[in-house]
Amino acid sequence: MDFVLIQFLTGLSNASALFLIASGLTVIFGVTRIVNFAHGSFYMLGAYLAWTIVRAFWDWGGREPYLFVLGVLAAAVVVGLIGVAMEMTLLRRIYRAPELFQLLATFGVVLMIQDATLAIWGPEDLPLPRPPWLRAFIDIAGSRFPRYDLILAIIGPVVLALLWLLFHRTRFGILVRAATQDREMVAALGVDQKKLFSGVFFLGSALAGLGGALVLPSQSANLQMDLSIIAEAFVVVVVGGMGSVTGAFLASLLIAEVQAFGIVLLPKITLVLVFLVMAAVLMVRPYGLLGKPQAHARAASGAVEPTLRPAPNILGLAGLAALLIAASAPFWAGAYAITVLIELAVFVLFAASLHLMMGPGGVVSFGHAAYFGLGAYGAALGLRYLALPMEAGLVAAPLFAGFFGVVFGVFVVRLSGVYLAMLTLAFAQIVWAATFQWVDVTGGDNGILGVWPSAWAADKSVYLWLALALCIGGTLLLRRFVFSPFGYGLRAARDSELRAEAIGLDTARLRLAAFAIAAAAAGLAGGVYAYAKGSVFPTYISIPKSVDALLMVLLGGVQTVTGPIVGAIAYHGLFVGILQATAYWRAALGLAIVVLVLAFPQGIAGFARDRWERARGLEAA
Amino acid sequence: MSAPVLEAVSLEKRFGGVHAVAGVSFRVAAGEMLALIGPNGAGKSTCFNLVNGQLRADGGEVRLGGQSLAGLRPRAIWRLGVGRTFQITATFASMTVRENVQMALISHRRMLWSFLARATDQFRAEAEALLAQVGMAEQAGRPCGVLAYGDLKRLELAIALANDPKLLLMDEPTAGMAPKERTALMDLTRGIVRARGLACLFTEHDMDVVFGQADRIIVMNRGRLIAEGTADQVRNDPAVREVYLGSGATSGGH
Repeated sequence: MDFVLIQFLTGLSNASALFLIASGLTVIFGVTRIVNFAHGSFYMLGAYLAWTIVRAFWDWGGREPYLFVLGVLAAAVVVGLIGVAMEMTLLRRIYRAPELFQLLATFGVVLMIQDATLAIWGPEDLPLPRPPWLRAFIDIAGSRFPRYDLILAIIGPVVLALLWLLFHRTRFGILVRAATQDREMVAALGVDQKKLFSGVFFLGSALAGLGGALVLPSQSANLQMDLSIIAEAFVVVVVGGMGSVTGAFLASLLIAEVQAFGIVLLPKITLVLVFLVMAAVLMVRPYGLLGKPQAHARAASGAVEPTLRPAPNILGLAGLAALLIAASAPFWAGAYAITVLIELAVFVLFAASLHLMMGPGGVVSFGHAAYFGLGAYGAALGLRYLALPMEAGLVAAPLFAGFFGVVFGVFVVRLSGVYLAMLTLAFAQIVWAATFQWVDVTGGDNGILGVWPSAWAADKSVYLWLALALCIGGTLLLRRFVFSPFGYGLRAARDSELRAEAIGLDTARLRLAAFAIAAAAAGLAGGVYAYAKGSVFPTYISIPKSVDALLMVLLGGVQTVTGPIVGAIAYHGLFVGILQATAYWRAALGLAIVVLVLAFPQGIAGFARDRWERARGLEAA
Repeated sequence: MSAPVLEAVSLEKRFGGVHAVAGVSFRVAAGEMLALIGPNGAGKSTCFNLVNGQLRADGGEVRLGGQSLAGLRPRAIWRLGVGRTFQITATFASMTVRENVQMALISHRRMLWSFLARATDQFRAEAEALLAQVGMAEQAGRPCGVLAYGDLKRLELAIALANDPKLLLMDEPTAGMAPKERTALMDLTRGIVRARGLACLFTEHDMDVVFGQADRIIVMNRGRLIAEGTADQVRNDPAVREVYLGSGATSGGH
């Protein structure tokens, strides 16, 4: 019994921190509809700022508890102001852009904050010195339990109560709740949206900062805090129901307790557990525990996709020229350039496969790296257990990934919007955790080595040609699908589900087919990548890899068929270029993303297309 | 009367405590325009959605050419030959006018699952013929997203005709249109219904349209059918006058 009680209390104290972050995220989403990737960064900043401010206060007035509290609150306020600054300088300009662009922009901010933190506080973990009153234990059922953790456990419910009062007893809070239900109506009633949004960002960011500051005494400030917490915070928000603070509270309790007991009872699958819970909840309740179906954004979304037109001849010629240049690289470029070109070919197919779902399918996957990784692992596992040669491995890769695409897709296509995106993320994390923790089969963190091409393709030049043939061939095939009756059916299902069903289209089956095809294509890209590198690792499936794919598609422009190709080349070019040029590549990349989002809200290819059509007086949709 | 194309028998639908549709029966014959009218909240839309499969009936049955539609989804009902237009137009905004019709034709001819053909090459002439029928031939190449509302309604009609339907369901076909456009659209519809021998069931708020175009009218109030007949019969029905004009009208008469 003691063990149960202690684990339960540990779970409670973890739940509090989780709730602070998730409540901020959910409030921001509810009102502004922005999925704020930078929320984890605010949490991290809260910890670092508290480290600096609390120590400064202590140096001045002694290590008193009340100075700790003041320092923590000050850190939260500063983080809140940083959140407002981000809202006013960046997000305010792109509220009307497609929602994914906002996500992209906040991811740019994540990268910049990472490097800023590194520059200001350095790479080492920073623990807060702990005076005796922070180290105290109390006796609970014969076990020693940290007193600070017990205080943390109480803070969660207290904050929930304060938020409840704020939302039910103040004008600001009532407006926030009203805007969560129907933002356009609130605007129509004459409420100043700018002030409301800034206020919400202050509140949400300050809550994240408070969470970070409060975990400082038991953890220490470090540079991994941002991305490690954001995935969990998303899970909590989605499980609770997006926009629901009470839901976030219940979900943080659920998730934290599952973790607390999972670590002891099921240590082998700790990483999967949280995402399994989320997948299970979403299958039973597609909008989370306390969430409601999202009201259809009315005209405000306004982003009608343009009609498809065949690419102008000049674009085809440019593509052909680029392909020829790439294929002739062995005759004029060095080994490094060839390696980069192989990667480019792989990423073009990877991005194009995601685009099939995101563009024509209207289905945004946050976990597309899963299928890339499954393809790579399909080839590698085939080699390891069946001694498959490269030729068979490259067939196995898309089949393996496509199979899982069908299995996961069955659940995914039943949802929509952010929930759907989060379920794809959950499945990706499950795959990642399986490769990471199932060491006997996958080699865990050490990956699988020795995945080399067959003798005839061992030469880098030959492999480049093979990669170009498979990846560019695959990309062109996907492109062809977009223009086919199937592709049009997919766009029909996206444009108007009501009309699509009324003319006999099975929209769920269309989306499932697109999901499976996209997974198989990503799997082929992963297979080609595996043989190029000679090894596979769990990082192929990590969140940043999925974000890479999203960035490529969005940079290029989701509304054009050429977009993902341009985006993959631009992104990878940018990446390789920046990587070589500066130590602060994250900040530079983040800045580049933000600038591109502000300058080309339709992506590079979308922008070019607009110019092209305007110059020719074509009627746009 | 010839055998009905559409037959609704004792339809029932409840939403919680609200008895939205209570024992409603009607028939529509080939070549006939049947208008379903009634004040707000009478159960028209519910009734309509029971016929097209959007809602599932709690009791009663809908039969198309004698075949029961019970439990079928909208897309299965469409396959049996039911075309429909929506109160708020639902079209594919990212496609041209012609492509919208082509999409319906592709689905009708079961070409959807072909991956290599070009969608824009499929049934092009047929789509243009349908568009010509509704007077949209010149706009075939325009993006659907820029059309005026009246044109969208006509496009919807063309889409609804693409599967060569036996029955046409039109929910408030002229809502949001200017009076002149309304008459034009309904004249057009009536011509097509006659020429093709379709059965057409429509709901409508505009009484000029209803009394000018419908062969027969059925009137609903509070979930029940209260009158049925020709325009003149319905116009003079005391129950209808009661519902629309209030009890004072029967005595005062103005």
